[in-house]
Amino acid sequence: MMFDQMQFKTTNTTICIGLLFFVLLSIINIANAAVLAEDRADIMTHYYSGGGVTAQGPALLVRKGNDESYSIFAGYYVDNVTSASIDVEAQASEYSETRDEMSLGIDYLYNDTITTFSYNTSEESDYLSDSVNLDMSQEFFGGMTTFNIGYSTATDTVKRSDNDFSEELDRYRYRLGLSQILTKNWITSLNYEAIAEKGFLNNPYRSARVLGAYVPERYPSTRTSEAYSLRSLTYFDWRGSIKFDYRFFTDTWGIQGDTIELGVNKYLGEKNILEVSYRLYSQNKASFYSDNFSAEMVYMARDKELSTFNDTTIKAKYTYHMFEKDSGFFSKGTVSGSVALIEFEYDDYTHYQTGENYSYTATVAQILLSLWF
Amino acid sequence: MKLLYKINIFIGLCLILSGCSSWEPWVQPYEREILADPIMSFTREPSTENHFAHVYEVREGSRGAGSTVGGGCGCN
Amino acid sequence: MKLKSIFPLILLISLSFPAYAVKVGQTAPDFTLSSSAKHNIRLAELRGQVIMLNFWATWCNPCRVELPHLQKLYSQYKDIGFTVLGVNIDKNKTKASKMARDLGAQFPILFDNTQKISKLYSIKAMPMTLLIDRDGKIRHLFPGYKPGYEIKYAETIRKLLRE
Repeated sequence: MMFDQMQFKTTNTTICIGLLFFVLLSIINIANAAVLAEDRADIMTHYYSGGGVTAQGPALLVRKGNDESYSIFAGYYVDNVTSASIDVEAQASEYSETRDEMSLGIDYLYNDTITTFSYNTSEESDYLSDSVNLDMSQEFFGGMTTFNIGYSTATDTVKRSDNDFSEELDRYRYRLGLSQILTKNWITSLNYEAIAEKGFLNNPYRSARVLGAYVPERYPSTRTSEAYSLRSLTYFDWRGSIKFDYRFFTDTWGIQGDTIELGVNKYLGEKNILEVSYRLYSQNKASFYSDNFSAEMVYMARDKELSTFNDTTIKAKYTYHMFEKDSGFFSKGTVSGSVALIEFEYDDYTHYQTGENYSYTATVAQILLSLWF
Repeated sequence: MKLLYKINIFIGLCLILSGCSSWEPWVQPYEREILADPIMSFTREPSTENHFAHVYEVREGSRGAGSTVGGGCGCN
Repeated sequence: MKLKSIFPLILLISLSFPAYAVKVGQTAPDFTLSSSAKHNIRLAELRGQVIMLNFWATWCNPCRVELPHLQKLYSQYKDIGFTVLGVNIDKNKTKASKMARDLGAQFPILFDNTQKISKLYSIKAMPMTLLIDRDGKIRHLFPGYKPGYEIKYAETIRKLLRE
């Protein structure tokens, strides 16, 4: 089932019916079970290194509400990037830049409905992105089922740092989700998201190859995609839970991707938590992708993100429970550290020097301090 | 007319499902202790989840249907 | 023809209103539970007092916000024939006692750690507050808690005490 421009209208109708459903449910059988997220402050430092790219920086997220009807959140995230990636190395030299991202939003609670309105902006020297998001979540069946619906609209400005080049792209996202409590130890959720993009969709610095020679990439001006995911969380007597996630992705560029993740959370001692997870991802290439075209085509891409590849992740995270009390400004504090290794293996993207299929292992690390108040 | 009929059935079904007085949630509010536990949350630490989601979204062709609402970037 | 297509809707709407098994006007079902006061407490033995029966849990955030307000009401009206019974439904009694102490609760905490009484009272929300009059009849039901409910509680308690 492909999602194209024409189906926007049908989706709009479906969304209107969905909203009607919401309104009706919200006026009957009110259990008043929905609660706003807790007030907290998260201070994090993040690190990524792999494939010649290093990105690190701080991230801050603060949430404060009145416990009754609203909760406001604000976030600030910085990526300090040093890139000598394979794409860059082939044609340019190592560069450094900073990307700042800010977000601001509000959750509004009325009976069993939570409405979230948020704004997100990302800025770097050659790329700007602004998005606005609206999400609604409705609990029913005595809080056993939660239905979510969401819509985002974004505009990105793609530039080059070495000249006046400037193009735009528009992005629309539609989300639907249903989460269901199956037993007192088991919760599952089903999610769907359709994304439609229109405008300048490629990276202005990247080139494709035709018979070994570098030529500018040519991308279609639209891309629409659909993703379906199933998630499950089950609690066990050994004071732990097992998490399972599966996502299927498909788009109009011919890419199909499968993501599967299995994780185990276990309490160590009274309140400390150890989490270990394993994730597998694989995708096939876009229809207009080639490592080296044998002839010039209408559309040509050589972005390894659009090639046939797979990646495997092992991740471990430990959360240390510092304190929890009912008096004082902060009621609870935890500190957690995560480390992940991601191995990327490309089937039809080669290293420009060796000519061999490219592969690399990336390291991701995070340290997070969370304080509840 | 056909559309009105369809909408009626749809709304009726919703109401029946949600409001049936004899329909009881099989996990009562006082049995929600485990479901309220942090390890039973899909997004226990949103900051770390968002960062991982960003790391993957930048390097993989797939996006969407995750627990995060993303922004855009020119990340290579 | 229009009526015909709307009739099933009206019928279905009428089926959709929820019914609580424990109703205002009925006698509060009797029970006996162990308590933080070391001896068991039986509801029927407290007849003659206005009773606020509050079902709470350590894992329920609104319950924790509500508890100090209940303590205030308890200390204000306990000498004129009012008491609060905090029925805790955690499996772990020690955790519940500790939290009640930390939140400053001096009223009796009852332990329903098998959730038998919660089922008896068909608790449909957490927290759940019931106000029982001097004759043992349920007079008000307050499902959930939002800041400001304590004002409603105080009004209702004063009204019941005046009877």
